[in-house]
Amino acid sequence: MSDVVKDKWAALRQATPARIALGRSGAGLPTRANLEFQFAHARARDAVHSGLDLDALEADLAPLEVIRVTSAAPDRASYLRRPDLGRKLAEGEAEKLNVRPVCDVAFVIADGLSSAAVQAHAAAVTHAARARLEGLSLGPVVIASQARVAIGDEIGAALGARLVVLLVGERPGLTVADSLGAYLTYDPKPGTKDSQRNCLSNIHGQGGMSYEQAAGKIAWLTRAALERKLTGTGLREESGALGVENAPLIDGA
Amino acid sequence: MGAYHCQLGGERFRFAGLAEVMAKATPARSGDALAGLIAKSDVERVAAQMVLADLPLKAFLEELLIPYETDEVTRLIVDSHDATAFAPVSHMTVGQFRDWLLSDAADAATLTALAPGLMPEMVAAVSKLMRNRDLIAVARKITVITAFRSTLGLAGRIGSRLQPNHPADDLKGIVASTLDGLSYAVGDAVIGINPATDNIPTAMTLLSMLDDLRARYDIPTQSCVLTHVTNSIEIIERGAPLDLVFQSVAGTQAANDGFGVTLSMLKEAHEAALSLKRGTAGSNVMYFETGQGSALSSDAHHGIDQQTLEARAYAVCRAFDPLIVNTVVGFIGPEYLYDGKEIIRAGLEDVFCGKLLGLPMGCDVCYTNHAEADQNDMDVLMTLLANARAQFLIGVPGADDIMLNYQSLSFHDIAYLRNSLGLKAAPEFEAWLTGMGLVSESGQLLDNGQASARLLEAAP
Repeated sequence: MSDVVKDKWAALRQATPARIALGRSGAGLPTRANLEFQFAHARARDAVHSGLDLDALEADLAPLEVIRVTSAAPDRASYLRRPDLGRKLAEGEAEKLNVRPVCDVAFVIADGLSSAAVQAHAAAVTHAARARLEGLSLGPVVIASQARVAIGDEIGAALGARLVVLLVGERPGLTVADSLGAYLTYDPKPGTKDSQRNCLSNIHGQGGMSYEQAAGKIAWLTRAALERKLTGTGLREESGALGVENAPLIDGA
Repeated sequence: MGAYHCQLGGERFRFAGLAEVMAKATPARSGDALAGLIAKSDVERVAAQMVLADLPLKAFLEELLIPYETDEVTRLIVDSHDATAFAPVSHMTVGQFRDWLLSDAADAATLTALAPGLMPEMVAAVSKLMRNRDLIAVARKITVITAFRSTLGLAGRIGSRLQPNHPADDLKGIVASTLDGLSYAVGDAVIGINPATDNIPTAMTLLSMLDDLRARYDIPTQSCVLTHVTNSIEIIERGAPLDLVFQSVAGTQAANDGFGVTLSMLKEAHEAALSLKRGTAGSNVMYFETGQGSALSSDAHHGIDQQTLEARAYAVCRAFDPLIVNTVVGFIGPEYLYDGKEIIRAGLEDVFCGKLLGLPMGCDVCYTNHAEADQNDMDVLMTLLANARAQFLIGVPGADDIMLNYQSLSFHDIAYLRNSLGLKAAPEFEAWLTGMGLVSESGQLLDNGQASARLLEAAP
């Protein structure tokens, strides 16, 4: 291949993050490109399967009060096969919550499909968002393991919270394995529809939404939701200027 | 209806109805477990398969799994059933049908003639009695030829969709991925973009860009932006260069409601696309996508197993003479197909069932990062599907779709199948490839700087 052609392909690579102009060994991937792909996939799988380091997360959340709960999914394999189990609390867990005084806003951190995302970003986003919610009563932070988005409904109801902010690890991609999502649900209770939530997606450090941006949007949505007494599609248009969208539900849901 | 029971290993098994027999006879997969339909044990599964093997094919005409009155897919299946075409196998049980399909009596011409006589439920039923090798052996015998600017399904060939998606629909980025794919001889079935932003202006911009690129090099293929069917109807009215109408479809009316689509909408779009007369080699203008689990995920499964519902989706497809039908087999996630074994099985079932019903069946050989699968599983499935004579497979740059965040096959993988198995691209496309100097007369990729340089003239 001539240098001119090589240069042109190199220029094309700048036009897209897609894996183009990889070269070939026969019809196969060259060794280097093959290993780079394997690395990206390994990182994504580790993000799905590694357990959350709860002690480290709790330390990052200090001085906030933390309550740990688990979903009805006993392990990761059950969690992946049975989304319904990840959406409800294990037997007896609600009792840890329903003795608390009621609050305006409860924060829930769910491992979802990327413990890496939760470990890296959840505490920072929680601190930044809570700092912008002055004047509201904020409940303890609940860390839910083997959990999906809808578990926030049961937790919020048990805590008597008016609104739940749930942070969750999004399904890892090959390029970004630690992307965090945030779901806001007004009047949380079991049976809440996904269309009754607002969602922020792509909170991460590789060109995604920053902690401060995410916190700003969470605070805006929280105050708007409490004032208008709703979240979901009814809140979308007015917050559109902030770039907040009701993203299609990812399967961390 | 009839009694569904059998005695096996000293134990008596009883099934409430045909739907339960079908579900429990299905090879294990997570989606049926999630729906609570899966056999309680391996022995119960075999018992259900034994009951199924002894059922007459006619049973499916007599006991409809989803009522005629409430489901337009059932009405389509029943009303379009061709009793004359069915006659040669109408006396058989499901088990006898399996034996016959595997026999030399069931040759290519016979199977083509039979297709209109088969209901999706009959095809699903027989697949449940087949091992993977059986599915391949029968699918391989079936020829389905469709055409638009290229002709797909001919012996000794395998088509490919070039999928140049970009997370921001960036035109330069999409052109870059498209040129990369063309340099690997990918794109003879379609160059198809999943738009990140699904609206009419975006789709029209992307269609114009693809059509300009195609016209510039006079590439004998077709383009498609995978937008909702109602958008395509509107785009046709506005005069944009639309080759194929795309739509995701499922096997129940309720699941299609979830996609916002009805049979009458598809009919309108089909007629609109035909009226454009843009095809030169043929007039198959529809591109459908399906996948096991879609009905369950929209809570529209009526207690029917996901593989049977997938076959019913093919009844929707075949009513509109598609150019290609794609089962997006591993996209939906591990709660429906848990691991490589389940994905491989489902991919083979889908291509078998689609082809037996007369469809130009291809596959997106793919998985998500939370499934227990990796590229090695995809290597196995693509090799099996090429042997089963799938109409086409999908290729994305480096197997990594950066917009949809899942892994499919790479352009390299399409080249591997063609080189290692001696398969070629569609004839019109192959002639173009050799004319450009991209492949040799025998179909091998050439390291030809001149060809690459010519392609790159279109680079942004």
